[in-house]
Amino acid sequence: MNSVPDIYRILPEVILTITGVLVMLIDASLAPLTSRRSLGWLAALGTGIAYLSSVWQLSLPMGTGFSGTVETSPFTVFFHVLICGIVIVTLLLSLDALPEDSHHQGEYYALMVFGAVGMCLLTAATELLVVFIALEISSISTYILAGYRKQTGKGPEAAIKYFLLGSFATAFLLYGIALVFGATGTTSIYDIARSAANAQNQLLIEGALAMMLVGILFKVSAAPFHLWTPDVYEGAPSPVVALMSTAPKAAAFAFLLRVVYEMFPHLRNIWAPILWAVAILSMTVGNLVALRQQNVKRMLAYSAIAHAGYLLAAFAGYGTTGIAAVAFYTAAYSAMNVGIFAVVTIAGGYSDERPLIADYKGLIYRSPLLGSLLIFFLISLIGIPFTGGFFGKFYSFNAAVGGGAVILAVIGLLNSGLAAAYYLRLAFAVAQRPDDEAQASALPMTRAGLGIITALAFATIATLALGILPGGALHAAETGAHTLQPAPSSTESPAEVTVNQTSR
Amino acid sequence: MDSAILTLILLVPLAGAILVALLPDRGKSSAWLTLAITLATFGLTLHLPAHFDAAHPGFQFEVNKPWIENPAISYHVGVDGLSLWLVVLVGLLGPVGVLASWKAIQRREKIFYSMFLLQQTAMYGVFISLDLMVYYGFWELSLVPMAILIAMYGRKNGSAAATKFFLFTFIPSAPLLVAILYLYSRTGTFQFPDLRTDIAVGAVPAGALFWVALAFLFAFAVKVPVFPLHGWLADTFSEAPVALAMVVAGKLGLYSMLRFHVGLFPNQAHNIAPLLIALGVIGILYGACLALVQRDYWRFLAFAAMSHLGLITVGVYGFTLTGWTGATYQILNNELIDAALFVLLGALEIRYATSQIAAYGGLANRVPRLATLFVIVSLAMIGLPMLNGFIGEFLILSSTFTVSHGWAIAATLGVILSAAYMLWMVQRVFYGAESKLALDSPAHDLQLGEQLVLWPIAVLLLIMGVAPNLWLRTIETAPKPIVLQQARSATQLHVTLTSTSSREAQR
Repeated sequence: MNSVPDIYRILPEVILTITGVLVMLIDASLAPLTSRRSLGWLAALGTGIAYLSSVWQLSLPMGTGFSGTVETSPFTVFFHVLICGIVIVTLLLSLDALPEDSHHQGEYYALMVFGAVGMCLLTAATELLVVFIALEISSISTYILAGYRKQTGKGPEAAIKYFLLGSFATAFLLYGIALVFGATGTTSIYDIARSAANAQNQLLIEGALAMMLVGILFKVSAAPFHLWTPDVYEGAPSPVVALMSTAPKAAAFAFLLRVVYEMFPHLRNIWAPILWAVAILSMTVGNLVALRQQNVKRMLAYSAIAHAGYLLAAFAGYGTTGIAAVAFYTAAYSAMNVGIFAVVTIAGGYSDERPLIADYKGLIYRSPLLGSLLIFFLISLIGIPFTGGFFGKFYSFNAAVGGGAVILAVIGLLNSGLAAAYYLRLAFAVAQRPDDEAQASALPMTRAGLGIITALAFATIATLALGILPGGALHAAETGAHTLQPAPSSTESPAEVTVNQTSR
Repeated sequence: MDSAILTLILLVPLAGAILVALLPDRGKSSAWLTLAITLATFGLTLHLPAHFDAAHPGFQFEVNKPWIENPAISYHVGVDGLSLWLVVLVGLLGPVGVLASWKAIQRREKIFYSMFLLQQTAMYGVFISLDLMVYYGFWELSLVPMAILIAMYGRKNGSAAATKFFLFTFIPSAPLLVAILYLYSRTGTFQFPDLRTDIAVGAVPAGALFWVALAFLFAFAVKVPVFPLHGWLADTFSEAPVALAMVVAGKLGLYSMLRFHVGLFPNQAHNIAPLLIALGVIGILYGACLALVQRDYWRFLAFAAMSHLGLITVGVYGFTLTGWTGATYQILNNELIDAALFVLLGALEIRYATSQIAAYGGLANRVPRLATLFVIVSLAMIGLPMLNGFIGEFLILSSTFTVSHGWAIAATLGVILSAAYMLWMVQRVFYGAESKLALDSPAHDLQLGEQLVLWPIAVLLLIMGVAPNLWLRTIETAPKPIVLQQARSATQLHVTLTSTSSREAQR
């Protein structure tokens, strides 16, 4: 294990950091009024190298580095690849979406890359203090990015709201870390996993679990910790929403998987019901409130809350089935959500000039390609087969049914029927004939350059591929799941064993 | 060829959909291309009856390839006597739909025809899939193009009708998916033949099976639609483009009932059959009564269709061989007759720009060919001997009679009502005093394209009426649920005899 240099264990993070610093340095050295677009390409290139380096990490023997604080395993690689992919696509999206004359473009690209450092590190960390630092790196970047449109009233409001509530949630997480340290005397996840079950004071451990859940559930915008989501999505620029509705969530879910399946598997009978309840609450609240929304980004915010609920349903599954389902869902959800926000960026405009569902009326008549893509991503969010959204839900509810939570699956699927109502409202607005075609076709749209087109192509292909050939991604997710939860032990639930036996 | 044919039938329209979407939209190019693709696919579907071995029960042209490892989903397709002609029917209605849309669709043709081909693919998929997940995939996929096109081309309020249609069918499919997943968690397979055996030997607890079967039935009953789940039908019929409205009701739901409800859960289906027969008969009478009072002919057609679909439901749940054969045959008849009626009424709407029955009158002199064809199709729908509707209705009603006299008499009442509303409709539109509309508008009788669609269908209605054995021979090879062989062997014998003698009588 020690034959691998420590630096290899965090190679993607190192590359991302260097990229971010480079972008900032070049930004400072450029004349004030020159175009910063090339910096965006540089950031995308650096993230691309980080992507490749995390794929390369697969060839390393599994193990930890820096005295057991970070690990590389198929699990971490899965999430690294996912996060780097999202960041590349959102960077490409931002290239065309940001107005030429906006200030601090260099900073914007650097912040996105720094955010990626934090998110990647969060999935790799096996030491709670590193987790905390990683979470802060990623959060602070996204706080700033959320308020990037300073000129508007809603931008700073979004940033401040996100920052205040976010810090509060982080404090909960930190408190949880303190409690678990108090109970076990260590902050290493492995050591905690070994000693937590035998710790003297189980109440302290249970308290720690509860605190940590609050912190993480806030980050994934699950109800009842979701109140920031619609305001922040509405106030932040659409490309930033594309990033922060997906990548930080993926990272947070990865950490949640570590907490419940790796650190506290013995407390399953505590966390499973909590996550059950939160899942049902998130889906129901998200979907019910989304039904009433007129603003597309707010509607998608509530849809994101509902999707957090579907994802949490997978935690009802035992062991690897549940973990793999969560990992797969984050990937599918990211693909379609980045895609839909890419369309919203073009159709709604960078400054959200056309924010309402009514403004999307007749989009397919104005721009057939864009309209069709929007409908396609909405269909995927509904969960129609042959799209990534379907298999996401499929694996999630399959895990739930396998874990004995048939009721949860029924509620979840009925919820997705409810959700279809508001997705369809937008989809059919897009498909409707516009009232005045001449006027509608004259409406301005963000120029679709090479960056946006590439971004949309990536998102579309990923969503389709995950819907038609989910095997590869699922296999990667399962390999990752095995590293998080090694071979079935005797303590494993009997239900898991029967499920394995009955499947042919 | 035999093993690749079903895959080709799926891939040709799918590739066509992509091709139409990618090629530029100039003049009628999309429509011509779609016509060529649907004709080619129809040609491919004809390969199936030509090479179908009637002596061999069970599935033919089968392909079974693993698709996804975990959960074990396979690309498993095949046809038997039940689905064979339905696949050909979808093939036939493809070009019919294109020609019916030729005049009606003038804007955004590329999206229309691309979606139309996707819809074709989904319907083929539903009829040939033997893996429950693949089947479910196509089942859900079939909703999407339909809903989008209703929203895009709706007559008055397309998006409301589209939402209604989508939610009505999508929400019941949620319990269906859970039920499929539950079966998988118990048996470890999604494949229809394996599941059928596993369920028959009791691999799934009976208590749970009740709910699973109910979830299946519910999803299918909405799609048929069975009374009282028909809320979406009238709006969809009056908003959807003609080419899609003609395929939306009936066959998908009824086929699924026969294959996956009666086929997988014979005992549960047998237990719930009295309820379904009752609902079917109520649907027959209720639909017929509502059809009598409609002012808009699309809505009229919706309730007429509901009435006829009710009769087929009765045939399915009578649990007799004759009933099943008759029901399968009647699905074909019904779809053909509906398609012809949609084309004819669509042609009227293009000419006179209204679907209000009261606005018409005395058209027979002005559009004689249209009127003649309409009368022929109406007679087929009523069930006039020598035309196809008679055979199906006769088989279903005679089989129902062996199950229950009361229900059979009530159902026959529906047949009489159907004559009443159809003939009254013909009288109001084509005969009587010439209305202001008929006098004011220029008279354009059917054009070549429309006649090319309608005359072959009219001839087919006649052939299916005088030589039903061409079809019944293969339909009868469809595998029968095990419950029948155990519980009703005596009835079975009797029924087989009556079915043969009744067909002898026809000749």
